[in-house]
Amino acid sequence: MKGLAGFAFVIAGLAAAGGASAQTRTVRIATEGAYAPYNFTAAGGKLDGFEIDLANELCARMKAKCEIVQQDWDGIIPALQAGKYDAIMAGMNITAKRREVIEFSAPYVRETNGFGAAKDSPLAKLPDIARFDLGADEAATKKLVESMKPTLKGKTVGVQGSTIHANFMDKYFKDTLDIREYKTTEQHDLDLLAGRIDAIFASNAAERATFEKPDFKDYGLVGPKFVGDVFGVGVGVGMRKNEPELKKSFDDAIAAVKADGTLKTLSMKWFKADNVPQG
Amino acid sequence: MHAVELLGFGPAGWGAALLRAAATTVLVALLGFAAGAVFGGLAAWARIAGSAPLRWLADGYTTLLRGIPDLLVIYLFYFGGSAALTALAQAFGATGFVGVPALATGALALGLVSGAYQAEVYRGAYLAVHRGQMEAARAVGMSTPLMFRRVVAPLVLRYGVPGLGNVWQLVLKESALVSVTGLVEILRQSQIAAGSTREPFPFYLAAAALYLAVTTVSTYGFGRLELRTLRGVRRG
Amino acid sequence: MDFAFLGSTWLTLLSGLPLTLKLASGAVSCGFVLALAVAAMRVSGSRLLSGPAQAFVFAFRGTPLLVQVFLIYYGLGQFRPFLQEWGLWPFFRDAYWCALLALSLNTAAYSGEIIRGAIGSVPAGQIEAARACGMGRLTAARRIIGPIALRQALPAYSNEIISMVKATSLASIITLMEVTFIAQKLISQTFRAVEIFVCAGSIYLLVNVAITRAVWALEWWLSPHLRARPREPAALEAAHA
Repeated sequence: MKGLAGFAFVIAGLAAAGGASAQTRTVRIATEGAYAPYNFTAAGGKLDGFEIDLANELCARMKAKCEIVQQDWDGIIPALQAGKYDAIMAGMNITAKRREVIEFSAPYVRETNGFGAAKDSPLAKLPDIARFDLGADEAATKKLVESMKPTLKGKTVGVQGSTIHANFMDKYFKDTLDIREYKTTEQHDLDLLAGRIDAIFASNAAERATFEKPDFKDYGLVGPKFVGDVFGVGVGVGMRKNEPELKKSFDDAIAAVKADGTLKTLSMKWFKADNVPQG
Repeated sequence: MHAVELLGFGPAGWGAALLRAAATTVLVALLGFAAGAVFGGLAAWARIAGSAPLRWLADGYTTLLRGIPDLLVIYLFYFGGSAALTALAQAFGATGFVGVPALATGALALGLVSGAYQAEVYRGAYLAVHRGQMEAARAVGMSTPLMFRRVVAPLVLRYGVPGLGNVWQLVLKESALVSVTGLVEILRQSQIAAGSTREPFPFYLAAAALYLAVTTVSTYGFGRLELRTLRGVRRG
Repeated sequence: MDFAFLGSTWLTLLSGLPLTLKLASGAVSCGFVLALAVAAMRVSGSRLLSGPAQAFVFAFRGTPLLVQVFLIYYGLGQFRPFLQEWGLWPFFRDAYWCALLALSLNTAAYSGEIIRGAIGSVPAGQIEAARACGMGRLTAARRIIGPIALRQALPAYSNEIISMVKATSLASIITLMEVTFIAQKLISQTFRAVEIFVCAGSIYLLVNVAITRAVWALEWWLSPHLRARPREPAALEAAHA
């Protein structure tokens, strides 16, 4: 019933768009506002970040009027399904599990994930691998994970709940680490600084943004940087299923910003690295 | 970074945002209290004068709402509310999703929770109304609606004011839970600021101070109201 | 309706119940001891004692519990060096103790007022009678004021216990894996928010109904003088006839 309604919504939207070309449709996009540099809240309460810039670029190309709304991370998919908004751009990775319930656009960012800890922490001795694909070679993955376990044994690690990072922890280090789940990455950052946890596990871009702040000068990225498997194929726009028109317009717009270099410019601006997904 | 600068009204300050958030808190609490008056009034009426099934329904409502965490009620409303409304709208032939703004969701959830408490206040106050006064109203030929308006309602209000004052304080504090739906009220704004600046202490302290200010003002207001409703009452 | 899903959800959520109960009972016990102190300070008649108690009650009843939780957990986390110096850090480091502290202080403020009201409701005549019999202040407090005040306070106090059980759900926000936390974790895996919240709600409801019943039983036990007298045997026989 929901799917049908969603379809009807798109048809209605298209009819409106087709009926009067001057009239643009409104797409409501949800973001978290607590996941720098993807999306965050600047002084005074204004939303800012890579995805805010990107959403505006995409909407300009989709000829749609965009409205960006803020939504807590752990309710972001249920609220999409409940019709609070039409799309999610909140650093959400495209995973098989999420694909069971929602639709994704093509990815617009792909980056690595790993631990962040104090520079003098025992975790700093973990092997520093620039990019390790968990899905590439099962035996190698198992070997690496086992080799990390003695160092990690008994440590407390903070992750944001309902994320691929929490899934990664559950899958590979459930019995080794004391895993704490937080509502936002900002909260685990605060607890890392307070010394309640030994490390955080998050996207490397988010960690870099945190560790740039003066308070965190003694902290840094440690250990291998992972991609693949639970991390999916990259970050994409989340939408309700059965809204093919909306998906197509997002896909086309993403292809356009990729082709004309806008996406790379934004990536360099916010991530200081080229995180544009290849292929 | 100094607390003064953080909480101030300059470009890096969150002062203005916090004050706006305080206005939202008061607004959502007022709406929630008003909605609660409707739910509570209906439930109290059902328990006093309703038929057996109505009484059970009202009993079930108060037991349920007072027995489960308000945080869950708000979550349920937020996620379940639009789905239910959408289904309802479709039953009437409408298409598309019915979105409910966070303010309305919050006010309704607060209304449901506070209604369960207000029902008890109204019922208790009604039971405190002297039977003789109602009999007197009947004896002078008042119809039921007129008696309700001229005799019962003013007396219920008089006896209920202290209880309603407590429920209002409750609603005001519960409104902090609405922050989980993304409504930018005092707590939400402080959370955002604490996360953004990595300075939780000054912002949560500011939030506590803002709530204290609102509760103090309203305690004073209810005190005045109580005095007003007691005009003409001889005190022992 | 998917009963298999509801059943398995319910069982999974039950695994969070021990922590929920531990938090609630811990907070109620610690809170009760603090509340006795608060009430004693309030009725002491000394402004030096009643002033701070009044300020404590004002601050904790005037602000939302969630703000208190955040202030104690994240707010005090900013003062680690200071707390370490005082040897308090091991306590504040742990989310469990922070949650317990916030809940206990909160319930102490409310219960303190309930106890104060109950003490105030003990008829002056009864206290005078106790004194006239030659009871000392402590004996009178233990034998006369205490039991009467307890009976008086029970209905309001049972509401306070129930609010504490409900309030433990806020601990989910500072990483404690109690019932609401597990509910949210399940939602992130299944995205079926409504069913899962309904299951979680039913668990809290059951606990609270059990508490209400237990308090009723206690009230009945404490009020022998209010119970209907047992019927006379003759009347019983007449009823059977």
